[in-house]
Amino acid sequence: MSKLQYALYTGCTARESTPELLKSTMAIAEALDIELVLLDEASCCGASHLQDFDDQLSLTLNARNIVYAEKLGLTMVTICNTCQLNTAMTKERLDADSDLKKTINSKLKEVGLEYQGTSEVKHFLYALVDDLGLEEISKKVTKPLTDMQIGAFYGCHNIRPAHMQNKSNGGESSYAPTSLDRLIVALGAKNVEYEHKNKCCGFHVELQAPQTANLLSGTAMLDAIDNGAEAIVTPCPLCHLRMDTQQAHISKAVGRDVSIPILHLPQMVGLALGIEPSKLGIEHHVTDVTFV
Amino acid sequence: MAKIDTKKMTFKVFRFNSETDFLPYYKNYVLDVRPEDMVLDVLDRIKWEKDGTFSYRRSCRHGICGSCAVKVNGKATLACKDRVSDLVEIFGEDLVIEPQDKGRTIKDMVIDKGTFWDKYNMVQPYLVADIDEAPKAENLVSIAEVEKIDEADYCIQCGNCYYSCPSVNVNEGYLGPAALAIAYRFNADVRDNASEERLDIVNNLGTGIWDCVKCFECAEACPKELDPIGKITKLHLQTFDDDMAENNVATRHAYGFKPSIEKHGLLDEGELVKYSEGIPGVLKHVPVAYKMWKKGKIVMPWKMPKSKNLDEITKLVKIASTTKFED
Repeated sequence: MSKLQYALYTGCTARESTPELLKSTMAIAEALDIELVLLDEASCCGASHLQDFDDQLSLTLNARNIVYAEKLGLTMVTICNTCQLNTAMTKERLDADSDLKKTINSKLKEVGLEYQGTSEVKHFLYALVDDLGLEEISKKVTKPLTDMQIGAFYGCHNIRPAHMQNKSNGGESSYAPTSLDRLIVALGAKNVEYEHKNKCCGFHVELQAPQTANLLSGTAMLDAIDNGAEAIVTPCPLCHLRMDTQQAHISKAVGRDVSIPILHLPQMVGLALGIEPSKLGIEHHVTDVTFV
Repeated sequence: MAKIDTKKMTFKVFRFNSETDFLPYYKNYVLDVRPEDMVLDVLDRIKWEKDGTFSYRRSCRHGICGSCAVKVNGKATLACKDRVSDLVEIFGEDLVIEPQDKGRTIKDMVIDKGTFWDKYNMVQPYLVADIDEAPKAENLVSIAEVEKIDEADYCIQCGNCYYSCPSVNVNEGYLGPAALAIAYRFNADVRDNASEERLDIVNNLGTGIWDCVKCFECAEACPKELDPIGKITKLHLQTFDDDMAENNVATRHAYGFKPSIEKHGLLDEGELVKYSEGIPGVLKHVPVAYKMWKKGKIVMPWKMPKSKNLDEITKLVKIASTTKFED
C-alpha cells in the first residue's frame, strides 16, 4: 500500500482546549506511517453556531478551508465531528448548486482563491478504519488493550445526517454504527454495547441550556458505565470536553456518579501502539485516565 | 433492499394497556416475513392472526396520514413506509417494535400525542392573512417565493422527529422540531402576516430554537425527508435578518464567532464564553476553567494562535458577511 497522505484540518479545539487531541493524532499518524499535512491557513468552521448567524459567511470560510486542501491535491481529514459536519455540508451544498458556488467563489476571488470541489472531506476515524484498515492497524499493536472494556461514543456530527456523511464514512448506519466498536476490538479490547452510543452529548447548548446538556451527557455515560464500560472513547473533542471536564456538573444533574475516563480516538489507538501516554497528552485530561 | 427470502422471524413487541396493566411487557410473535413486507404488514398480521387486542394506529397505508409511526430498535419508523428487510439490514433479525414514546402509551403502539399537538398549535401552524373573499385577480406567488417554503409543507405530523428529539426528552417545554419546522413553513410564506408573532414564540430561551441540540436526529427520523433541523437553522437566520434576535447568551454565542474569526482566524474559546455569558454569568464557569487551566487546556489571550494568511480571513469576514447584529 502506498503511503496515505491527508491534509489535516485541526479545527480550533485541538489547538486550544484539547491539545492532547492534536498531539495524539500526530503521534499515531507517525506510528502508522500516515502523512498529515497541517492546514495552518484554515479558520474556524463556525461550529454550527456561525451557521445560525450568517450563512454566506460560514460557507465562504469553510470553502476557503477546503481550497487549501485542494491546493495540496489531498483529501481533507477532520479530527472534530462538528468540523466534519460544517465542512462536508459546505462541500455538499457548493457541489450541488453552481449558482451558490459562483457566489461563494466571487468572494474567494477577492483573496485570490477558488473553490473547485476536488478534495474529499472525511473524519480521521474513517481514514483509519476504511483507508488504512483494521488489519494494518492490528499488525502494529504492541500493547493490546486486553481486558479493557471500552464504550464507543460516536458523537452526532460524524454519522448524521447519514445521506451526507455516508459519502465519507463507509456507509456507516447512523442507527447502528460499528466503526469505532470494530476499532476497539482490533486493538485487543472489548467493545461495550449500549443504547446511547450514537446519541447526543448536548455540547451545543451547554451555555444556554446546561441542564439539557448535562442530562444528555449523563444518560449516555451512565448507560455505558452500567453496561460495563471502564472508559469511553470518542472521535469528537466537543463530546470529550463535555464528558471529561464537566463530570461534576453531570453527576449532580443525573444524581449519580458518572466518573469514567474519556479517551480521544487517537489516544486509544496510541496506547495500543505502545506510544508513551505523555506523547498522547493524557496529562491534559481533567478526569484522570486511571488505567495508564 | 436486502435480498431475503420468505422466512420465519420473531418480533419482540411492546405491550401495555394503561387501563389494566401496571407495567408494560414484551411479547414475541413469530411470523413468516415476505421480502416485500412493510412493518405495517407485521402489525396487521399480529392483530389479525395472533392477538386481536393488539392496538396501533393506521389509516392511509401510503405514507401520507402519519398515523402508523412507531419505533423499531429505537429507529423512528413510519410502518407503512419502512420495509422489514431494510431494518434487518441495519439491525439484524432481532427486531423490537415499540411505540414512539413508551412513557406516553395508552395501549400498545397507541400513544397520547397531546403535548405534540399542543406545541404544534402554539406556533399558529396556518396561514395568517387578510383574505379578500371576492378577489378580482389571482393571488400570484412566484416560483422563487414558493421555493423558500422548501419542502417544509410536506410535513404529515407523524411525530417521528418530535419523539426522536433528545432535547424534547429532557426539556418538557421545548417546542420540538415539528412545531419549529411548520413555523418556518408559514414564516417563509410571502402571503403570511404573522411572522413576527411566530418569531416571538420560537425565539424564547428554554423552549424555542436556541434549545435545539443540533444532533440531526430529526433529519434522520423524518419519513418525508423535510430536514426539520434545516428549518430550525433558517429560523435562527430569520431572527437575525428580521432584527428579532434578543440580546441573550444564545444569540451572543452565535454572533460571537464572527469577531473572533476576524481577529484570529480560529475561535478564541475563552473569549467566546466570556462574551456570550457576560459578567457575572461567566463566573459560574470559573471552577471548571481553573481545573482546565491546571491541565493546560486554557490558552491565554496573549497566546492565542492565529491562522496563517489571516489577512485573507479578515477580508472575507468583511466582504462576505450578510447579517447585522447589535450586541
